[in-house]
Amino acid sequence: MSDVADIGLWGVPLAIIGGAIRVSTPFLFVSLGECITERSGRINLGLEGTLIFGAMSGYAVAVNTGSAWIGVLAAALAGICFGLFHGWVCKFKGVNDIAIGIAMMLLGTGLAYFFGKPYIQPVAPDLPSISFGWWSDIEQVQAALQVNALFIIGLFLALLLAWGFKSTKVGLTIRVVGDSTDAARAIGLNPDRVRLLSTAAGGALAGIAGAYLSLYYPGSWNEGISSGQGLMAVALVIFARWKPMNCFWASLLFGGAGALGPALQSVGISQGYYLFFAAPYVLTLGLLIATSSPNKAMESAPGELSITK
Amino acid sequence: MNTSPLASSSNMKAASVEAINMTMQFGDFKALDNVNINIRAGTFHALLGENGAGKSTLVKCIMGFYHATSGDVLVNEKEVKLSDPKDAQVLGLGMVYQHFTLVPSLTAAENLIISRADAPSIIDWKAESKKLQDFLAKMPFKIPLHQPVSQLAAGEKQKLEILKQLYLGSRFLILDEPTSVLTPSEASEVLSHVKSLTQAGEISVLMITHKFREVTDFADEVTVLRRGQQAGNGLVADLTHDDMALMMVGQASENKTVERQNTTGDIILDLTSVTAPDRSGTKQINIDHLNVKSGEIVGIAGVSGNGQTELMEILTGQRQPLDGRISVKDETYSATRGEVKKYRVRYLPEEPLQNACAGKMSVAENLAFRNFDDTAIGQTRSPFWKNNSQINANAEKMVSEFNIKTTSIHSPIEALSGGNIQRAVLARELTGDVDLLIISNPCFGLDFSAVASIRERILDARNNGVAILLLSEDLDEILELSDRILVMSDGAITYETDATSANISEIGFHMAGQH
Repeated sequence: MSDVADIGLWGVPLAIIGGAIRVSTPFLFVSLGECITERSGRINLGLEGTLIFGAMSGYAVAVNTGSAWIGVLAAALAGICFGLFHGWVCKFKGVNDIAIGIAMMLLGTGLAYFFGKPYIQPVAPDLPSISFGWWSDIEQVQAALQVNALFIIGLFLALLLAWGFKSTKVGLTIRVVGDSTDAARAIGLNPDRVRLLSTAAGGALAGIAGAYLSLYYPGSWNEGISSGQGLMAVALVIFARWKPMNCFWASLLFGGAGALGPALQSVGISQGYYLFFAAPYVLTLGLLIATSSPNKAMESAPGELSITK
Repeated sequence: MNTSPLASSSNMKAASVEAINMTMQFGDFKALDNVNINIRAGTFHALLGENGAGKSTLVKCIMGFYHATSGDVLVNEKEVKLSDPKDAQVLGLGMVYQHFTLVPSLTAAENLIISRADAPSIIDWKAESKKLQDFLAKMPFKIPLHQPVSQLAAGEKQKLEILKQLYLGSRFLILDEPTSVLTPSEASEVLSHVKSLTQAGEISVLMITHKFREVTDFADEVTVLRRGQQAGNGLVADLTHDDMALMMVGQASENKTVERQNTTGDIILDLTSVTAPDRSGTKQINIDHLNVKSGEIVGIAGVSGNGQTELMEILTGQRQPLDGRISVKDETYSATRGEVKKYRVRYLPEEPLQNACAGKMSVAENLAFRNFDDTAIGQTRSPFWKNNSQINANAEKMVSEFNIKTTSIHSPIEALSGGNIQRAVLARELTGDVDLLIISNPCFGLDFSAVASIRERILDARNNGVAILLLSEDLDEILELSDRILVMSDGAITYETDATSANISEIGFHMAGQH
């Protein structure tokens, strides 16, 4: 920390960049997952619960096996289970996906707290990160450019999804189902099954996001581990207009906003501390208001989504 | 005339389809009663009938959506078992629905590829685009391949639906009222291309319609249904419009025309330079000048999606105009409930169940929406409590006066049929003093008798001095009712003519946006 004075206020943008990369990863995974689910015409608000349960199960498995990656896998599996349950319940007539999502959010959180009690003390192995700051001698630069492997996987996943929605049968199938149930039936697709699998895929990614929280940053399991990333990711997908690459940029933006408070604090600005911590939430509100209009339908919104109907 | 290069193939690809003794029973109700229809290979067959005559039921049985109570379907003279639409597709039977089954956010090319049962799991767009281009080159229609379907005009969507069926290899095509969303010239274009495909032996076509002109211009044979029974069939060349009308309705329809009285008076509704964003937010509605005088029906013709819905929404206060002035009786008007009452404005919007009713509330409550809180006319004594006996009395009166068929005035209004909902809303809106009536597509989807009675009511109101603005996609309706005809295209009024000197082709020309 002795170098802080050397770079002065430059520490703030640097900390924001570093923070953006670190904080954005869970946003990125949850929003990509939600993007798949919403593109199929369902909305899963339960991802917050999935995220927290993923954090707990990933941490617990990593503690017991000694491998962080097995922990990530376990979190993904847990996420799939939550996703499948959500998708299965929603296929029944008269069931509202938003209401089920809220119930699932509470269920996931409660289960995670219940099973997670014994894992607050033990220490799990961390996920590896790759250092892109070797070219610099400055400690802050090195710290900021410690990029976790999951972030890079997330970036590639966003690219893969963007390509997949356009150029694969699976991608087109998800879009057809999300845009028009009738058209999907006319083609001979089974909308319920497509949505079930899409919700499961979304759950898996949210589980991985949770594992990132507990196994890398902040890197421990406790009950306050999520600060609503799972919920904000839903808003983020809308802001990103259901486009995977936009999800990536929006996640970075949210991550940067989240890093604003700690970054300012690190250079000694602590006035309005809580206000800066609220930056991502203010940003969510601001962006949604700025990008929506009462006079036109949301462009590119999946037609079967209950929030855009 | 035939431009299709596919015609060079010598053998007939088109399939013949025959339905024998089809009967379809829904509970007590016989939707189809021993109907026979034979569509010979390579012919253009029309299926004519009023709403509810059983046309849709018949084709749904042929397509495997419904399982007929009794009767057989023969394809290429072989009996087939159709348990669901997929079986029909395998046999080369395809249907183009009235409501498009294209996915709006996908491009035309994406729509075509994904509809294929053998769509590749990874799509090589370069190769597929080339294949699609080659396929399109052999087709009589041209459509932009790489634009989202939501941006295509209705005519293009219709063509794409037909192309999709040909792309999938259908050899027998059912067209369900294919021209209901097209301009007259688009309709002729699409149908003449379809006709050339039948003449080339590519496909056989069964077209559901209620337009005689389309039958005489394009069809080879016709089958007429009436109340689930076969009312007649034959070669089109042997039949006149009157013959067909007689088969369709059962007896010669008496054309009771309401006398028009000369009542034109003061300007009631006036719009000046009104602009508003359209639904997609990408285009603008721009009404330079529009006025309606009392005792006059001003009809606005146009192909759907050219801003009529938005204009209606502006007038009903559902859409905020950006600019301009709307006035009723020279006072600025913004469609609040108070103003509606003060200036005696009434509405009959399209899709009245969605736009003018609360579906789950009772018929009586829906009928009272205009006056349940009106202390002045004695509907209720207190502005707080509602007066149920008055609401019921009011409903009983309207139900008998407007001949609304409902099991009870206490049943939810959404349980009523389309025509009765329409009549209920009309009853509510025409009761009491009315100075301005704004109507959109009042007869959409209704049968002959309902249409006649609703049009009669509208003309009556006109004769009583009501100013009426009529927006309709049905040009015949505009021609029948209006005193003055305007054409709306691309969000603006592009043409105006007196009804007496109206020229259909001129109007059609402007509807197609060529001005």
